[in-house]
Amino acid sequence: MSNEINAGSMADIAFLLLIFFLVTTTIASDKGILNILPPKQDPNVPPPDIKVNERNIFNILINANDDLLVEGEYRRTPEGLDQDIKDFILNFGAPDEEAVALFNSLPASIQAKALRRPESSDNPGEAVISIKTNRGTSYELYLEVFDMAKKAYFEIYAERVGLSADEYRALTDDDEASKMLQDKGKAGIPMAISIAEPDKIGGN
Amino acid sequence: MAKFVKKPKPLPAVSTASLPDIVFMLLFFFMVTTVLREQDLLVEQKIPQASQLQKLQNKTLISYLFVGKPKNTGLYGSEPRIQANDVLITAPDIVQWVNQERDLLAESDRGLITISMKVDKDVKMGPVSDVQTELRNADARRVLYASTTKVNR
Repeated sequence: MSNEINAGSMADIAFLLLIFFLVTTTIASDKGILNILPPKQDPNVPPPDIKVNERNIFNILINANDDLLVEGEYRRTPEGLDQDIKDFILNFGAPDEEAVALFNSLPASIQAKALRRPESSDNPGEAVISIKTNRGTSYELYLEVFDMAKKAYFEIYAERVGLSADEYRALTDDDEASKMLQDKGKAGIPMAISIAEPDKIGGN
Repeated sequence: MAKFVKKPKPLPAVSTASLPDIVFMLLFFFMVTTVLREQDLLVEQKIPQASQLQKLQNKTLISYLFVGKPKNTGLYGSEPRIQANDVLITAPDIVQWVNQERDLLAESDRGLITISMKVDKDVKMGPVSDVQTELRNADARRVLYASTTKVNR
């Protein structure tokens, strides 16, 4: 005769709890694309009149039919947009002294991408990506285009410090080493993605 | 000569003694990862996909806004609505809601409040930009467009 307690029903109890947690669980996902909105405009102060050369702005318009107009050129899908944005940022059409120093600090693989077209951006510090939508544009497409613009910047940053884009995005500013890498990637190439107020077309 | 008759031995039963251990292991995994739903979703949520996702370090700074078509279209109509906490609100209420959420944070963190916008795929930019305008008015300018990882084609 054994004095052991019968533990056979333990599994049943555990299963019951397991099923409860399986059903109620939602694995939390706090992932997303971070965007910093511009500050509120004071209605009494007119918006500052900033002069930016047309060539330094990469215009992306998305209408209510989800068609794109990229730099005056019609497109059906945003495919390949990330590559165009990258070419635009790294164009170095008319670099000033500072930009020449920046250019010389870049690795050769990025330097090779400088197309030096006069109609494209002067230097990465000046380049601005502008996304303008209608009120009727679908959020999904807007996010896809925004994602592409972010991708272009992250790939440049990552290539500069010799990481893959995924690794670069995973960097946190918790420890010194990764913070340094982060800053090194960003230095001189600010992420300038401007989101214009949507037009009142095709929405409500 | 005696015949050796092999007595058929009863097959030893598979030991199930380790079963509870395995189940407990799974149980603990789900207990740790689980977040009990704090709020019922009143709007549809099909989160769009994107590739350039970033994870936020400090979860306490995040407040959630849900935007989408109401599930109960009979009661709330079929136009996209904004849900904060447990109720549907209109765009002008957002400023007040942000201030309430901000008051819950430690004083040093109040400037860092991040709004995670969980917007349904089928919503148009109109409602989204209305929310963003109000967030600008409330000076809560860090916005996270919640999205799931895109599987590369």
